[in-house]
Amino acid sequence: MPYHADLNATRYSFPSLKVLLARASPERSGDVLAGLAADGPLERIAAQHALADVALGDFLQDVLEVGGDSVTDLIMAQHDAAAFAPVAALSVGALRDWLLDPATTGADLAALAPGLTPEMVAAVSKIMRAQDLIAVAAKVEVVTRFRSTIGLSGRMSTRNQPNHPTDDSRGIALSALDGLLMGAGDAVIGVNPATDSLPDYIRICEVLEAIRTQLDIPTQSCCLGHVTTALAAMAAGAPVDLVFQSVAGSQKANEGFGITLAMLDEAAEAVAGLGRAPPGAHLMYFETGQGAALSAGAHHGMDQQTMETRAYAVARRYRPLLVNSVVGFIGPEYLADGKQIIRAGLEDHFCGKLLGLPMGVDVCYTNHSFADQEDMDILLTALAAAGVNFVITVPGADDIMLNYQSLSFHDAQFIRQTLGRPPAPEFAAWMVANGIGVPGVSQPSLAAALGRVRLPGS
Amino acid sequence: MSDLPASLRAVTQARLTLGPRGRALATADRLGFALDHARARAAVLAELDLPELGATLDRLGLAHHVVSSAATGRDSFIRRPDLGRHLPQDAARALADIGPADVALVLGDGLSATAVMLNGAAFMAELALLLRQMGLRVSPVILARQARVALGDGIARGLGAQSVVIALGERPGLSAADSLGVYITHRPAARTQDSARNCISNIRAAGTGVTDAADQAARLIAAMRSSGLSGVALSQAMANAPLPAAGDQTHR
Repeated sequence: MPYHADLNATRYSFPSLKVLLARASPERSGDVLAGLAADGPLERIAAQHALADVALGDFLQDVLEVGGDSVTDLIMAQHDAAAFAPVAALSVGALRDWLLDPATTGADLAALAPGLTPEMVAAVSKIMRAQDLIAVAAKVEVVTRFRSTIGLSGRMSTRNQPNHPTDDSRGIALSALDGLLMGAGDAVIGVNPATDSLPDYIRICEVLEAIRTQLDIPTQSCCLGHVTTALAAMAAGAPVDLVFQSVAGSQKANEGFGITLAMLDEAAEAVAGLGRAPPGAHLMYFETGQGAALSAGAHHGMDQQTMETRAYAVARRYRPLLVNSVVGFIGPEYLADGKQIIRAGLEDHFCGKLLGLPMGVDVCYTNHSFADQEDMDILLTALAAAGVNFVITVPGADDIMLNYQSLSFHDAQFIRQTLGRPPAPEFAAWMVANGIGVPGVSQPSLAAALGRVRLPGS
Repeated sequence: MSDLPASLRAVTQARLTLGPRGRALATADRLGFALDHARARAAVLAELDLPELGATLDRLGLAHHVVSSAATGRDSFIRRPDLGRHLPQDAARALADIGPADVALVLGDGLSATAVMLNGAAFMAELALLLRQMGLRVSPVILARQARVALGDGIARGLGAQSVVIALGERPGLSAADSLGVYITHRPAARTQDSARNCISNIRAAGTGVTDAADQAARLIAAMRSSGLSGVALSQAMANAPLPAAGDQTHR
């Protein structure tokens, strides 16, 4: 169905909802690369005007226009007409006004989440400014639990990401301990393995388990290998707290990651069957990122931000403990500079929260992007204002395995001290009990801290 | 808080906190990080110094020829990887006059011209010597500006070469901005899959040495030409001496 807008006696026409969404998207290099971006600022604003007038009901068609796509089928199956009813008669523009209305509460938004589709959420984000994305997300509280309680209003958790280029056990432990001594790791202590071999996966799980149990830390650990490796490790009896997987917004893109929904179903069932968590705990961890589908040639002519939001339909099927966009990792051909990364980070967080996800962000960039640590300071501060559930932290902001820059443990401290965002309550109590961050209490050196942990095989 | 003992310092290059905790980064650490990032950015934005590179190749007795991809400058190269993979038609036609070769040798800037200026010419000289000893005809060194890995495919086809070796600067990390990566492709086509390439990465003073890398590359080319395999398939076939398939997406 075609859409159009008339601006200054010029008619701008858009042949389909998919094209309209792409043209309305704030500028980013990935949409230019895909040939989907608006032809200049006027066409972009015309598309935003047209999009604001689209009825939300229009989004209940197959927006992707790819028959048999399993993510589209999932989106249709997830849609809850009763939850949708309060906004069913609204346009995209009216939805924006309703979201921003002070009378609309976090409870209203939580009740609405099952009634919204990813495309509706992506659409409304495209006509929202940064402050709108922050203001609405800040109303939404998505709380998840395992050993710690993540996402409570007024708090910010961190993933402690002690990656090492050769997965060296002591190298991982040193970085993890560095973070723990600075109060990082209440969301998860999570390692991206350098290889995807099963023995390394199991060893990394055992190293993290040793640190967690010997120091009695109320948190979770995760080795971020492929879901099939996690399944094999669980079968072999490895101490797996959380199952991780990267997910994307189309069936073909997920196939590019080597996964199907059936595989994720199997893994979710397997990790619940381990019985390591209290009943009702959240046990899955997903990462996403704008541009993932395009880089796999699996975007089907849809803009990268709408494709990203479709990935959240996959994530929410599994009641995850943690979801984060790895926003600037993919590179400047998708998000060129600090401005585009900041905008995308706020969009991803907003869209995830509106769909009911426990959303975090890896505030990050690569060295070939037109971005630097100062852009990350701004994004982190904005996300903290928006109530981000967690951010990723690494020693000195330098991930020596994945060769990109994320946030440092110091950056999280900056937010705690400047905006007052303590970690999860269980973890905060553990810190106090161990004198971490307590004025006047001195901490052991890293070497001494490492010496006190018995690592497997040592 | 004291420094780590050397035995532990050798375990990791992570930027561990060795000073006081619970406060902002010390000034020296904040400026040190900014210097490392500036080095990486300078490497990304650097252009090949063609006169110097040409003079070095002349001294090494290697002929050379310059081409440019369809990307018009660093900005367009970085934002549009598709342009960096494309060889314009007039550039391809010019290559046809250069004469037949079995192996096309390409030195491209990639994401770090710094790495190419440091080790590119030396690598090509060692490789050309080994290939000639194997009885293979090598092309002049094609100096490729604004080049991604797949630009080598078009260059090889322009030259009529059956194999192509392209060495280019890898995406700079914060600790190393001078890593050269080498990609080898057998019978490159218009749309060669990355899984059909073999890669040698991290060629730099503190990583894989130039001689070692040239030796690995020559062995790979010999194996490709005798087996007809390349990429993942070749790596699997060479089970006794496994070599990694091209796995780094960062400068495709």
